[in-house]
Amino acid sequence: MEKEKNIKKPRGVARLIPGICIACGARCQSDCPEDAIEMNEKGEPVINTAKCIGCRRCVKICPSQALEMYFTPEERNILAGMAATAPGEAAVGETGIQEYRGVWIFVEHTEGKPATVSWELLGEGSKLAKTLGVELCSLVIGDHVEHLCQESFAYGASKVYLIDAPVFHHYRTETYFRAICYLVDKYKPEILLMGATGMGRDLAGAVATKLKTGLTADCTGLDIDEKGYLLQTRPAFGGNIMATILTEKTRPQMSTVMPHVMARANMDASRTGTIVRESMDINEEYLPTRVIEVIEDATGEQLDLAGAEIIVSGGRGMCGSENFAILQQLADELGGAVGCSRAAVEAGWMPAERQVGQTGKTVRPKIYIACGISGAIQHLVGMQGSDVIIAINQDKKAPIFEVATYGIVGDVFQVVPAIISTIRELRAGKVGK
Amino acid sequence: MLIVTCVKQVPDTTQVRVDPVTGTLIREGVPFIINPYDTHALEEGLRLKEKYGFRIAVISMGPPNTEITLKKAIALGADEALLLSDRAFGGADTLATSQVLSEAIRRLGQKEEVAIVVCGRQTIDGDTAQVGPGIATRLGYSQLTLVDRIESVDLKAKKIRVRRRLEGRHEIVEATLPAMIAVVKEINSLRYPIVPMRLMAEDSKTTLWDNKIMGLDENTVGLKGSATQVRKIFSPQRTSGEIIGDGIKDPEEASRLLIERLIEKRAFCI
Repeated sequence: MEKEKNIKKPRGVARLIPGICIACGARCQSDCPEDAIEMNEKGEPVINTAKCIGCRRCVKICPSQALEMYFTPEERNILAGMAATAPGEAAVGETGIQEYRGVWIFVEHTEGKPATVSWELLGEGSKLAKTLGVELCSLVIGDHVEHLCQESFAYGASKVYLIDAPVFHHYRTETYFRAICYLVDKYKPEILLMGATGMGRDLAGAVATKLKTGLTADCTGLDIDEKGYLLQTRPAFGGNIMATILTEKTRPQMSTVMPHVMARANMDASRTGTIVRESMDINEEYLPTRVIEVIEDATGEQLDLAGAEIIVSGGRGMCGSENFAILQQLADELGGAVGCSRAAVEAGWMPAERQVGQTGKTVRPKIYIACGISGAIQHLVGMQGSDVIIAINQDKKAPIFEVATYGIVGDVFQVVPAIISTIRELRAGKVGK
Repeated sequence: MLIVTCVKQVPDTTQVRVDPVTGTLIREGVPFIINPYDTHALEEGLRLKEKYGFRIAVISMGPPNTEITLKKAIALGADEALLLSDRAFGGADTLATSQVLSEAIRRLGQKEEVAIVVCGRQTIDGDTAQVGPGIATRLGYSQLTLVDRIESVDLKAKKIRVRRRLEGRHEIVEATLPAMIAVVKEINSLRYPIVPMRLMAEDSKTTLWDNKIMGLDENTVGLKGSATQVRKIFSPQRTSGEIIGDGIKDPEEASRLLIERLIEKRAFCI
């Protein structure tokens, strides 16, 4: 080592690998200590090699690995000649993080009726808790909601933190978020998961900001890495790519998780656990918001999309609202519900609540039949978790065929009636026997 | 009284494609647009202005070329446009973004009382819906997300009444002002800028605030102030299945084969 001291180890300069940068928002530029990076119109970095000191910060921070270190041939020779052993990377200072233990699930409910996503979260949470070797706990906040504690145990929680008071009758951001912040401060969980629902996203955004911690929205995959960090995977850029996100330095690590993506935990009513009762002194008079009225949407005859086991969905290829009748026929035959793509909603053929996809509903039925849907990425993210996907489309190049389990290239108006009559014939034959 | 509308300039993600070979994003020719949800936030701000006589300020955090987006907002009728741009703000996650936006709103509020902050439900590039709640929490404003109708604003009593759209239900909620409302697209239909306004907007000036003016601790903004880190980005894995029969020549045969396959795989029973 001594004799090498006078030879300076080349540090190289950062260089952009063409075609990989995703214009993430100038992370490289903001991390550069030397102001050596300018952003061009496309949002890609232009590196001033005269200023670059080869610190590698931009290379490390780039989420898409679009930057590399460049060495001249001479520098590479020097490097090759140096048999220097790389010093071990210093451990990240994790002071305070260790006191945070356990995986927490927020049990979402409306006036005591639980949202199924809560039990999906317990299913996923139990895997995380097992990997980490920690407790799985539920968070139940509401008015007359003690029954949700027993349900939490049945779905795998071993402990429930319960706050039960009239002020929590309706969900309101400030009451619920104060309750959660209070419990987190007191009991310090390392992971806190909520459903990526209207309520969950409203609440999580407020809680994470107050606690000054990281929050990843709409996760579709969760895992634990070798250091024990929560790996949170979610669709980004309108579903065009997936990103894995970490919260390294703050706790709890918070995620909202898409409903119908994770499998629901197995229920075992014989399981028991501990209830930790907490109370909070919140005076109704001083609260800024009041829920005046709750209007339940008329569900009517049609099956709810999210709960349907079979969904027949139509897109632009249906050519008009009247043609959705054959999809309804097929759905009736199968005992399923009718859905649609955004194109069908925008054309005014179907109501918005029937829309499947990123801006509509995420569904996970046993069978999803996509009729005349090309399969834009925004649609795919909403249905790709289905067990069996059937695509019927005239265009054999349509992206929907890339996710389909079975595809039929053909005219929807011929194929769908043919499927209906095949099913009817088979059923008639069965009855005949 | 002031209404502040928050907007973001985003790549049109509906036009982004993934290169099937390299798995990277093809951004060539993908235009930057105002986040579509934010256009409805701006429209709602303009309607409130017309009805109650507010002044309306549009703010955005982003690179210098965000000025184009802000000029469009002026053309639509915003009274004032403010760009929050600084290298230190780059690479921000939602926590660090709400820090800059809420500080800007606080500063605007020192000159003129802020009644309502209007945000879009979420952005189409991040899709988090977290910045609105972040702003409300930091400023201590009433938080109203998923708003699909403003029922009334009572400036004397300092109350706002809105309808929120949730899964399977709607809620009518009353809240004290100031409030942050995040709106869904269905709240209104958009107007288009009229020519004289567009011409005027061309000459309009947007105000620029960098961190010298904002004076925020650099450890609370941008990349340094972000609590989340992106570990990796990858293209979604998809496995395509099989094409059954010849649906064009013989749809009946294809249908029969399909049903057989489903029964065989126990996905379906007659």
